[in-house]
Amino acid sequence: MALLDIHNLTVEFSTGSGAFRAVDGVSFTVDHHEVLAIVGESGSGKSVSMLALMGLLPWTAKITADRLEFDGKNLLTMGPKERRRIVGKDLAMIFQEPMSSLNPCFTVGYQLTEALKTHMDMSKAQRRARAIELLEQVGIPGAESRLTSFPHQLSGGMNQRVMIAMAIACHPKLLIADEPTTALDVTIQAQILELLLKIQKDTGMGLVLITHSMGVVAETAERVSVQYAGQKVEEQKVGPLFAAPRHPYTAALLSALPERATMKKLPSIPGVVPGQFDRPQGCLFSPRCVFATDLCRTTPPPLKEGALCHYPLLNGRPQGHPGKEAAA
Amino acid sequence: MSQVLSAHDLARHYQVSRGPFADPATVKALDGVSFTLETGRTLAVVGESGCGKSTLARLVTMIEPPTAGSLAIAGEEIVGASAATMRALRPRVQIVFQNPYNSLNPRQKIGKALEEPLLVNTTLPAAARTEKARAMMAAVGLRPEHYDRYPHMFSGGQRQRIAIARALMLDPQILVLDEPVSALDISIQAQVLNLLADLQHQHNLAYLFISHDLSVVRHIADEVMVMYLGRTVEKAPRDVLFNAPQHPYTQALLSATPRPDPEKKRQRIVLKGELPSPLNPPSGCTFHPRCPLAFDTCRVLSPSLLSHAGAQVSCHAVNPPDVAGSAA
Repeated sequence: MALLDIHNLTVEFSTGSGAFRAVDGVSFTVDHHEVLAIVGESGSGKSVSMLALMGLLPWTAKITADRLEFDGKNLLTMGPKERRRIVGKDLAMIFQEPMSSLNPCFTVGYQLTEALKTHMDMSKAQRRARAIELLEQVGIPGAESRLTSFPHQLSGGMNQRVMIAMAIACHPKLLIADEPTTALDVTIQAQILELLLKIQKDTGMGLVLITHSMGVVAETAERVSVQYAGQKVEEQKVGPLFAAPRHPYTAALLSALPERATMKKLPSIPGVVPGQFDRPQGCLFSPRCVFATDLCRTTPPPLKEGALCHYPLLNGRPQGHPGKEAAA
Repeated sequence: MSQVLSAHDLARHYQVSRGPFADPATVKALDGVSFTLETGRTLAVVGESGCGKSTLARLVTMIEPPTAGSLAIAGEEIVGASAATMRALRPRVQIVFQNPYNSLNPRQKIGKALEEPLLVNTTLPAAARTEKARAMMAAVGLRPEHYDRYPHMFSGGQRQRIAIARALMLDPQILVLDEPVSALDISIQAQVLNLLADLQHQHNLAYLFISHDLSVVRHIADEVMVMYLGRTVEKAPRDVLFNAPQHPYTQALLSATPRPDPEKKRQRIVLKGELPSPLNPPSGCTFHPRCPLAFDTCRVLSPSLLSHAGAQVSCHAVNPPDVAGSAA
């Protein structure tokens, strides 16, 4: 049985101008020992689906799902008290901005032992020893003296290491890393990614990596889920995804990368991600898709061969497509 | 092709107070940087945060005067120049900032924002200003009806187009681009990079492109300058730098950049530690505490920028000190 099993998750926010669907029927599973990457542009709902899982969304959010199970427990029917016993212990999360997710008023040591105090039956001395052990594990030099440091006394990379130490403090079964390296420099990014993968291998936990960087996906993930405007458009193993993307959006996204460009002019995707008021009727990607037909514009696409598309690509060619004339 | 910008031994030091009883310290944000830039060419400045990239942008745009060295714009020296000369030179250098959300006035309509440089710097009548603003909007791919809109009504990519349009209103010769695409999504990033390439071609602009994203730099630059703690560590034509990086920092930076290709798992050089504090830079070569090749000379003697194999490299391991001594 999968560690995390999400089926048909939908999150709607009630706003002053009507309901806004941030996540639209997303399903995926994560196993023990597995690294799943969720990739997408801003507004694709990748963070919101994870926040829904953690129960961190505000009351304006309406969460519905056919199945939302973690480690065999149903998160949908779970009361807040029971959820608090899991979140922070078996299910941990790291956020993008280490500087703003640590409390500036408390020392690193205090914040690090807080989770241990809540979830583990440990004495003060044991907690302190565990905190030092954790800081050493995430590669912070002079761990013992760092316990009394405040977040502003540490650099961004060091703060992110502290965040990782906090997240793994209670041996989580699943770690969700939401853009863990976006705010960091490339050399520090390399260190942090290496560290996350090492911890994941050592402890055998599942890792969900949310990112917008295709480079990070290629180097870390085993399985990739691509999201667009709140929907999952494609899921594949990392190798086939880069070699032969099935969804036109994935294909367009990959060819827009400067690294894969063959000429001076980049093949860009025209237009922008649809917002609350200009949501297309059929396929959400149809206004920007080069293969879009009338069928795409009017009917929501089915899930075909791992891609949410009427005409999934095979070797760069849309299958069953009526041809260019019909597309225009 | 003519030289529009030349800097020689450019330096900018800041005095910082360390408290009421301590002596003020000097931060060498920029310490002896030399380069030239020709019309129609792109010089990319690469480095991690704190390496002095943005200080360089502030000097070139004449926001701050350099503490030492010389800087000539379009053949005119600006160090010690009169206020009138400076005023005449300022319109020739314009800047586009990283975050278009912050660099546009939220209460000013786009049309007015575009006209403001003309209002301040020229004697054009109102009708001519409007006409020029509308022409520039068309040139960067904005629609005429956008003229009367406010910044919040635009997406990130459109705002960056507005910022670029505003920078071009005075027909500058040099455009300083301070991380112009790092706040944008991949599909939008490609659109803006294409726009920049087109504009450079049409107006024969010289770009000083500041970035930490090596894949973007590889796509857009003609020449690349890699900086570390306020100094140039390597300067080379793009292909030379990317095909055969010589300085160990450049090599580490290149190998740390995640590549969107899961098939090519490379041996990554992960640098130890972080950027040292510029208040207390290491002796000798400032990179030696993190350098895998460091030997005794590196700890005492600061290397100078010398030519080697088609590039200029500042490293004792590449240019051994005794050879360097006889060459100098």
